[in-house]
Amino acid sequence: MAEYRLETPLSDDDVSQLKAGDIVYLNGTIYTARDAAHKRLVDLIEKGEPLPFDLQGAVIYFVGPTPPKPGEVIGSAGPTTSYRMDSYSPILIEHGLKGMIGKGKRNEAVREACKRYKAVYFGAVGGAGALLAQRIKAAKVIAYEELGPEAIRELVVEDFPVVVVNDIYGNDLYEEGRKRWARV
Amino acid sequence: MRVIQYDEIVRAIRDMIIYSTTHLGEDMVRALEKAYQEEESEVSRAVLSQLLENARLAASETKPLCQDTGLAVYFVKVGEELRIEGGSLKEAIYEGTERGYREGYLRASTCDCFTRENLKERIGYNLPPVIYFDLVPGDRLEIEYAAKGGGSENASRARVLAPAQGIEGIKEFVKEVVSDAGPNACPPYTVGVGIGGTFDYAAVMSKHALYREVGSVNPDPELAALEEEWKEELNKLGIGAMGMGGTQTVLAVHIEVFEPGRMCHIASLPVAVNIQCHSARHAHITL
Repeated sequence: MAEYRLETPLSDDDVSQLKAGDIVYLNGTIYTARDAAHKRLVDLIEKGEPLPFDLQGAVIYFVGPTPPKPGEVIGSAGPTTSYRMDSYSPILIEHGLKGMIGKGKRNEAVREACKRYKAVYFGAVGGAGALLAQRIKAAKVIAYEELGPEAIRELVVEDFPVVVVNDIYGNDLYEEGRKRWARV
Repeated sequence: MRVIQYDEIVRAIRDMIIYSTTHLGEDMVRALEKAYQEEESEVSRAVLSQLLENARLAASETKPLCQDTGLAVYFVKVGEELRIEGGSLKEAIYEGTERGYREGYLRASTCDCFTRENLKERIGYNLPPVIYFDLVPGDRLEIEYAAKGGGSENASRARVLAPAQGIEGIKEFVKEVVSDAGPNACPPYTVGVGIGGTFDYAAVMSKHALYREVGSVNPDPELAALEEEWKEELNKLGIGAMGMGGTQTVLAVHIEVFEPGRMCHIASLPVAVNIQCHSARHAHITL
């Protein structure tokens, strides 16, 4: 289990060194998107139209924050459950996405895409929304404002703590962890 | 007839929502601390320590513990000798909910099932809530509230078993649900189990079971024994905090049966399992 500090956008070299269970502190710009925004991004790709942000090396955070109080950068901002994005993630990975941050299991298609196109799936601690918000230094809506919490936001993060769940070698932290501790 | 003012109810609900979504209950803090002490896996201990730190930070900044501030779900007991002045009870709960969520900078998470359009403009900010009313003797108004997140609700299940499957069958079903929830619904979990009544009522009881204080002992000794046994069994699954692997998957199992008589139809054995994430935000008020 190693620790890394990485700057976005991520390169093939960045993700190739990561193994399931490694702790990573992300720095730089990441983008938020949940179900509704993913659907729109995939629609744009299928129509061959430009996306609201550059997907090359990008990291998407599955989050729908609470509204900021006056003077705050962002409200509470922990990860949402990732499987709802499973049908959209492979096509985004194929088009350059390098990292996803969420919580919970991914399906076979996502894990295969991670292996084939070199991308990683990171887990952040669900339900730690107040704590994680401290690592977000700037936030602005860049697309789909009408979606409210589901709009796409550009976030600037500093040492945002995540764990590698699925690496490019087919390892899965959840499966390994459970196998190690199960007593049935 | 005792009289309660509409505005008093609105204010009490608003305050309860803002407080409980930013301050983790003492029962949950104790349960997480105990899990932290007992967890053998290093990674899961690190997660539990972050959760406790998150709770301290949320309280000190009055910031939501989790960005999913849930649907508002209420169990309301209305005394038969009570009258509300200035508006209806249902309207007061709606207004208290809307004000709590809006003024507390909580998330509006209600949407149209079909179009997925957020309902904050058309119906109201995080409206409508889910409300179960019950008429009881007396002149008090008791309101139990939970902010129920989507992730843990998505992992919940109901099933009508065959009577022959018995208690062993119920246990196997509970294990299946928690095992399938795996890392997805933010473990360590509290597991609400509703047994008996009808298909729908088992689900209502499984939800209400989650409002009980975590760490409290079921007053029915038979159920208390099952809760302990099942908890131990579930902790053998190895899921751990946030699914990273570990010995602390479940903080508590809470069982509710249909009373009186632990009733169900002679042909059925309805069971529902409602999963509660570690960010269990519950509160109650009595007016």
